[in-house]
Amino acid sequence: MAMEEAREAVGDYKVGWHDPEHSTIRFDSGLSEDVVRNISKIKDEPEWMTEIRVKAYHHFVDRPMPGFGDREALEGIDFDKVCYFLRSSDATEKDWGDVPEDIRNTFDRLGIPEAEQKWLSGVTAQYESEAVYHSIREDLESQGVIFLDMDSGLKQHPELVKKYFCSVIPYQDNKFSALNTAVWSGGSFIYVPKGVSVEMPVQAYFRINAKNMGQFERTLIVADEGSSIHYVEGCTAPTYSTDSLHSAVVELIAHEGAHIRYSTIQNWSANVYNLVTKRGIAHKDATIEWIDGNIGSKLTMKYPAVILKGEGSHAEVISVAYAGKGQHQDAGAKIHHLASNTTSKILSKSISKDGGRGSYRGMVTVSPKAENCKLNVVCDALILDDGSQTDTYPTMEVANPSARCEHEASVSKVSDNQVFYLMSRGHSEEEALAMIVNGFFEPFTRELPMEYAVELNKLMALEMEGSIG
Amino acid sequence: MSLKTPVLSIQGLHVGIDGTQILRGIDLNIRPGEIHAIMGRNGSGKTTAASTIMGHPDYEVESGSIELNGADLLELEAWERARKGVFLSFQYPQSVPGLQVGHFLRKSVAAIRGDEAAKGAPFRNALKSAMEEVSIPRSFLSRYVNDGFSGGEKKRFEILQLMLLKPKLAILDETDSGLDIDGIRVVSRGINAAIRGSDSGALIITHYSRILEHVKPDYVHVLIKGKIVKSGGPELALKLEDKGYEWLETNATEND
Repeated sequence: MAMEEAREAVGDYKVGWHDPEHSTIRFDSGLSEDVVRNISKIKDEPEWMTEIRVKAYHHFVDRPMPGFGDREALEGIDFDKVCYFLRSSDATEKDWGDVPEDIRNTFDRLGIPEAEQKWLSGVTAQYESEAVYHSIREDLESQGVIFLDMDSGLKQHPELVKKYFCSVIPYQDNKFSALNTAVWSGGSFIYVPKGVSVEMPVQAYFRINAKNMGQFERTLIVADEGSSIHYVEGCTAPTYSTDSLHSAVVELIAHEGAHIRYSTIQNWSANVYNLVTKRGIAHKDATIEWIDGNIGSKLTMKYPAVILKGEGSHAEVISVAYAGKGQHQDAGAKIHHLASNTTSKILSKSISKDGGRGSYRGMVTVSPKAENCKLNVVCDALILDDGSQTDTYPTMEVANPSARCEHEASVSKVSDNQVFYLMSRGHSEEEALAMIVNGFFEPFTRELPMEYAVELNKLMALEMEGSIG
Repeated sequence: MSLKTPVLSIQGLHVGIDGTQILRGIDLNIRPGEIHAIMGRNGSGKTTAASTIMGHPDYEVESGSIELNGADLLELEAWERARKGVFLSFQYPQSVPGLQVGHFLRKSVAAIRGDEAAKGAPFRNALKSAMEEVSIPRSFLSRYVNDGFSGGEKKRFEILQLMLLKPKLAILDETDSGLDIDGIRVVSRGINAAIRGSDSGALIITHYSRILEHVKPDYVHVLIKGKIVKSGGPELALKLEDKGYEWLETNATEND
C-alpha cells in the first residue's frame, strides 16, 4: 500500500469512531507483588509470564537507581505515586477542557485533526478506524506477518512470545527494564516470516491505536531470516500526559540477513520521566537501525542499543534530542561488536535552548574475537543560547586491534551573522532560527517518513517562536 | 517622469559600532535604473554602509536617514527591509548546514515576492534561466546553503538569489573579491541581467575597478574614513586604478 493511500485512509478516520468502552479497572497507586500478580491475572496470562513479572518486581525493588545520567532528577521519582495499571478507558474520564491550552494550540498549529488531538490528549481512549486497521492488517496477514498489540500477541502466539520475551533485554538489565517487565501493558508484537519484506513503514494505524501507547509499553519485533520491516512509533504532537513516569522496553531480533528499522519520534510534556530500554540483536548479515527522536519530557534517558552478534551484521543509530526549558535529554547509543566484519554508525545530534541540557552518552565495544570491525561515531551539539548546556560521555572499548574507529564531536552555537544572513532574505528571526535548527536536524529528518518530517519541521518552528528576546 | 523618487536616499548618515563612529555623514541618492559604485580601502566604512542599509543590529545609526522609494527604513528589521526590496550580496555569505539550496530559494522568494512567485512552472523557469545565467548546475539545488561552497560558488549563489528575489535596491558588497576573471564575468552578467532595464537601483561596493569594467556604473563615489570625499562618473574608477587613493586621502584630511 502506497504511503499516499495510507495517508488518505488515515485522513478519513473520523468515520471510524467508536463509543468509548467503560470497563474501567484502575489500581490504587503503589506497587507490590499482589499488584503485579493481579495485573497478570486480569489479563489472564500464562503462568510463566506471571512468574517472570514477579521475579522482575523483586529485582526492581532490590535494584538501586542507575549510577549515571541525571541522578538528582531520578531521585525525584515517587514510585508510590505511580499508578501501575489502568485500562485505557480510564482516559475517558478526562475532559477536553482540562488539556492545557498551549498544548491544544500546538495541536492546531501542527495541523493535527481534532479527533486525533483528543486521542493524543487522552480525552478519548479509542482511536481506531476499523477500515484502516483491517485493510492494513489484512495486507500484512496475507504475507504471514503477525501484527498485534502485545497483550493479544501473548494470547494468540504464546510460544513465539515466550521464546523471545526478555531474550534481548533480561529483566535484570536495569531497574527500569525490571519495572517494565513487572507491570508492562500494551506495546506491539510483530513477527515477520522468512523472506517477507513489509514495503510500507508500519505507522499509519499504530499512530492511532490507543492500545499501543502506555506508560509501560512492551514491544517485541522478530524479523525472521531475510525479512525486512520498518516500524514507526510515536508522533511529533506533544503527548499530553498526567502520568509522570513512562518506562518502555523494546526488543528487536533480526535473524540472518534480516533488516529492522525502528523509527521513533516522541514529544512528551515537561512533567514526564521517559526512561526507556531499547535493544536489538543482529544475527549474521542482519541490519538494525534505530532512528530516534526525543523532544520534551523532564528527563529522558534512552540509549538504543544493538548487539552485533552475527558476522557481517550492521547497526546504525541516528538520534536527535531537543532539550528546552527545564529539560534534560540524556540520550545516545550502545553498540557491541561481538563478531567479525561487523560495522556500526552512530550519529547523535542535540539542541539545547532556554537552559535545557542535552547529553550524549555512548558506548561502543569491540570484543577480542571480532576481526575487522568498522565503527563510526559522530555527535554534534547545537546550543541556542548562553544558559543552555551540552555534554558528551563517549566510551569506546576496543579489544581487537584490527578495528577501524572514527569519532568526531562538535559543539556549535548559532551565530548572529548566520541569523542576519537569513533575515536579509526576508525571514524573521524566528524563521531564521527554525531554518538553522531544522537544517541541523536534517540528517535525521530525511530518514523519517515524509509526514513525520514535515511535522517535525513545523514543531521546531513553533519551538523557536518563544525564543526571541 | 524625469524626477523620479530615488530608490535609495541617504541623508547625513552617521553610524557607529560599539561606540566607535565609522560613517561620518553620508549623502547618497540612487535613482531607478542607476548603478552606483562606492570605492575605498579596507576600513573606510564600505561594509558598514552595506550592513547598515540592510539593517544589521550591531550597527547603530546615530543620526541621518535612509529611505527606500521615499519610505523610512530605519525602523524596520532586516527581514522587513528585505521584504520591502533591499538585497545585500554578502562579502562572506554564511553557511547553513542541512538547509537545501532549492528549498531555501523557494522559501526566500515566497517571503519576499509572495507565495505565487514561488510556485509552479513560473518559479521553475525563472530558477532555470537564472542558474544558467550564472553557470550554476542543477545539482546545486540539493546542496546545503553555502556549506562547503568554494569562494566563487558562494558569490555566484549570491547573484542567483539577486536574480530571483528581484529587489528594488541591490547592494553588492565586495562581490568581486576572491573571483578570477571568469568569475567576475559570470557574476557581472547576472548583475546586469537583474538591474539593467529595470527600475531597480544598485550599489556596488568594491576595492578595485575590475568589476566595474563589466558592470558599468553611472556614478562612482570614493569613501575615505567614513565620508564620501569624491563623486564622479565611471572615469573616476579608472583614475583610482591609475593613481590609487592617496591623492584623495590628503583631501579628506584637509576637509576635517
